[in-house]
Amino acid sequence: MTYITKPKFHHPSLPKNALGYTHRDYEGKVSTLCAGCGHDSITASIIEACFELAIEPHRVAKISGIGCSSKTTDYFLNASHGFNSVHGRMPSVLTGANLANRDLIYLGVSGDGDSASIGLGQFAHAMRRGVNMTYIVENNGVYGLTKGQFSATADRGSKSKRGLTNNDNAIDLVAMGLQLGATYVARAFSGDKTQLVPLIKAAIEHEGAALIDVISPCVAFNNHAGSTKSFDYVREHNEAVNRLDFISGRAPIHVSYDPGSTQVVEQHDGSRLVLKKVAADYDAHDRAGAMNFLAHHAAKGQIVTGLIFVDSEPEDLHRHFNTVDKPLNTLSEKELCPGSAALEKINASLR
Amino acid sequence: MPNKTPISSVNDFVVRFANVNGSGSASANELFARSVLRMGVPVSPRNIFPSNIQGLPTWYEVRITEAGHLGARGGVDLMVAMNPQTWDKDIAMIEPGGYLFYDSTKPLPPSKFRSDITVIGVPLTAICNREYSDPRQRQLFKNIMYVGALSALLDMDVTAIEQLISEQFKGKEKLFDANKNALHLGRDWALLNLDFPIGLRLQRSDKVGDRIFVEGNSAAALGAVYGGATVCAWYPITPSSSLADAFTSYSRRLRVDPETKKNNVAIVQGEDELASIGIVVGAAWNGARAFTATSGPGISLMQEFLGLAYFAEIPAVLFDVQRAGPSTGMPTRTQQCDIISCAYASHGDTKHVLLFPEDPAETFDMAAQAFDLADRLQTPIFVMLDLDIGMNHRLCRPLTWDDARKYDRGKVMTAEMLDAGKEFGRYLDVDGDGIPYRTYPGTHPTKGAYFTRGTSRDRYARYTEEGAPYADNMQRLLRKFETAKDLAPRPLMANSDKPTRYGVIYYGSTSPAMDEANLTLKAAGKNLDLLRVRAFPFHHTVEDFIADHDFVFVVEQNRDAQLRSLIVNECGIDPARLVPILHYDGTPITARFIANAIGERLDALKVTPLRKVGA
Repeated sequence: MTYITKPKFHHPSLPKNALGYTHRDYEGKVSTLCAGCGHDSITASIIEACFELAIEPHRVAKISGIGCSSKTTDYFLNASHGFNSVHGRMPSVLTGANLANRDLIYLGVSGDGDSASIGLGQFAHAMRRGVNMTYIVENNGVYGLTKGQFSATADRGSKSKRGLTNNDNAIDLVAMGLQLGATYVARAFSGDKTQLVPLIKAAIEHEGAALIDVISPCVAFNNHAGSTKSFDYVREHNEAVNRLDFISGRAPIHVSYDPGSTQVVEQHDGSRLVLKKVAADYDAHDRAGAMNFLAHHAAKGQIVTGLIFVDSEPEDLHRHFNTVDKPLNTLSEKELCPGSAALEKINASLR
Repeated sequence: MPNKTPISSVNDFVVRFANVNGSGSASANELFARSVLRMGVPVSPRNIFPSNIQGLPTWYEVRITEAGHLGARGGVDLMVAMNPQTWDKDIAMIEPGGYLFYDSTKPLPPSKFRSDITVIGVPLTAICNREYSDPRQRQLFKNIMYVGALSALLDMDVTAIEQLISEQFKGKEKLFDANKNALHLGRDWALLNLDFPIGLRLQRSDKVGDRIFVEGNSAAALGAVYGGATVCAWYPITPSSSLADAFTSYSRRLRVDPETKKNNVAIVQGEDELASIGIVVGAAWNGARAFTATSGPGISLMQEFLGLAYFAEIPAVLFDVQRAGPSTGMPTRTQQCDIISCAYASHGDTKHVLLFPEDPAETFDMAAQAFDLADRLQTPIFVMLDLDIGMNHRLCRPLTWDDARKYDRGKVMTAEMLDAGKEFGRYLDVDGDGIPYRTYPGTHPTKGAYFTRGTSRDRYARYTEEGAPYADNMQRLLRKFETAKDLAPRPLMANSDKPTRYGVIYYGSTSPAMDEANLTLKAAGKNLDLLRVRAFPFHHTVEDFIADHDFVFVVEQNRDAQLRSLIVNECGIDPARLVPILHYDGTPITARFIANAIGERLDALKVTPLRKVGA
């Protein structure tokens, strides 16, 4: 579809957000992915989340690695700078970008090959450093662009389209994210936009390392019987722990919830996460409990979705480094260069 | 008495200390070198150390050189042999007529010595055991004691040594007293029991001037501070780790906001070299000045990112403190062996800008300049140090900074320029110099955003796999590389005062040895014109210089004549006209080696008949 130029006109009555932007202002180029690809649904959810949050599109930096998932950063937020970097290395590029300018919103988009195979190391270290970012893994368990090889998130025993069985154990990025200290960890299904959009919104507002693992079936290579990442399989085995409503600090709460069935999480910036519990007694504040819950359900073949863990007082890399409030990329000679007098003193100390 | 006349020399000899790694000898040896400096006599010290923290042999060599020859000389006049493991080799190294200083507590059989050297024994261990009860003190003060004994033997100014000790232990009177006491224990024993001074002698001079004594890695770190680096990402690797460490400690002093006490810098120890260069690329893409410090193995790991930075045109500064390769090679030995792997780093058609500093002072200048060049050229800039420059204290001119100097942030399109209607195409060559404008992310709500990628794109950053726009872009990158030739530091030339058909090209840490070798060769009637390459791509004067000479020697510290290959390849020079002079055993190149190697070839060139007789 690359030959189609996206038309610019739109209906005059398209709804506008608080900043006066319409959905169209958050869109990107026409997708070149296969029709029905789960990744396109995630793109639509990102657009929706940014629209609803009334983010200025140019204040987002969208950074990805290599693969089908990483291509999607071109398909949303046309007014944002995007960086389609090196396979498996999005986390380091994003970390550097974030250090240079702490004022932008960092959206990392990656895939299961990009994050769990070639880039597992960088995934892990960005999580443990607490980079303030929204890290979305578009997880289909398969290499799409190279036509259907297993990725490291493919479940053991699952079958490829060519009939091969995967004998290797699967890497669960959510479990890893929890273990490595990510302060916001969620899993969603690309086919469930109502679940995904609030999770993205809350992740963007979260001031720390936020991971969303989105199971996103590959219609071309991983949507057959025997796959554990197909639309049918995920629908049948989806075990949602909660449904999230994201309430921005700027908006009044106008919905009343039954206190027994909800958990309200106050975020650092004043926004609130209202979790409608689906699984009884699930506590999204309990990291160890979440890890246990996850392992328990994985053993039963169930895919746990929802907001799995959130730390309402997260710390990020800038706080660890005690960097100045002003973005580092705006500092000039005045702040950065100690000048000749200081150099003379240094010279004197070296004699 | 030795059967060879003892060497006699004032302010011109080499002392080598043979120690055990981790025994605390480093600070005593450095104290010795600095004391000589304080007497106004130039020194050139070199650490020869193992990849080890404790137990393996380590050496510290001090060349004392009134004439100011700062390259390694080769040979040892006085060996301070404190390591039984290396005794035999150490003894063998001493020049005929030289001196051996050793701990004579345990008697050694005569077979352990040589008849052509002067042997000086001091019972260091015995004195220590008598004076100190704590084993650690016995070890540490033994080192200071031999400095004391040497001060007597070499007729050193003991007040200069005491002054240095007092500066080192400022505010710690107890430590000062203890060290001064140890110094005099050694000195007094020597004065009482030995003949002094020996044939090697120090005499106060005024040849140091205002020069400073600093390691290249520290100077590079200071250059990065002054050059405005705000993001440093690195992974520990010998011999570059002390560069990042120095940047960290200088930043603690020089980069803290006086009001908020917050840092004007972010320093990340990456999980590996891939992450380090990734962080640098991400930060520089987003408008910060960013760098990494590494060595050869790190450069190998960074290759993919370097191709991205070249092709997507992202500034980056890399300090490559070279060590002997290939593979892990000799991690604590010096070489200039990453020239080609840096110049052509990454797959596909790539070329990178390299800078070759000769000493710490030039390292400081080039480090700061590298950030301007990276921003101006929007490409990675490699500052090519080596272990010899990076990890040794070198006497060099003081560091200078012009307070009127402004950072050159290159072609950055601002929101005001976009609003004024200036056309923005990320890869559009608006000025004919091959350098396009870039925008920082977040600049403008509706204009100037673009998509950065390692895939091919057109002038407006739109993805394309068509041949014409791809070739157009690759040609523009070549134009940009041409522009780099004029922006990078130019070669420095020194012509012989007599006309000659022979030239020498050299670079980096070879510089002091080359200068000294040139004096030796000149004294032997062998005249040479010199050209020191300071950057790649080569300025046209390099080609002109080669054209002006029949033969040009290319002196370097690697096996494969890497700079020569680069000259042949980039300048289209007939390889027969470039004669490689190669030193690559991991020790720093010496003047003796260069003078011998060039001298022999010059002699050979002279005896070659122009045409075969009777043919």
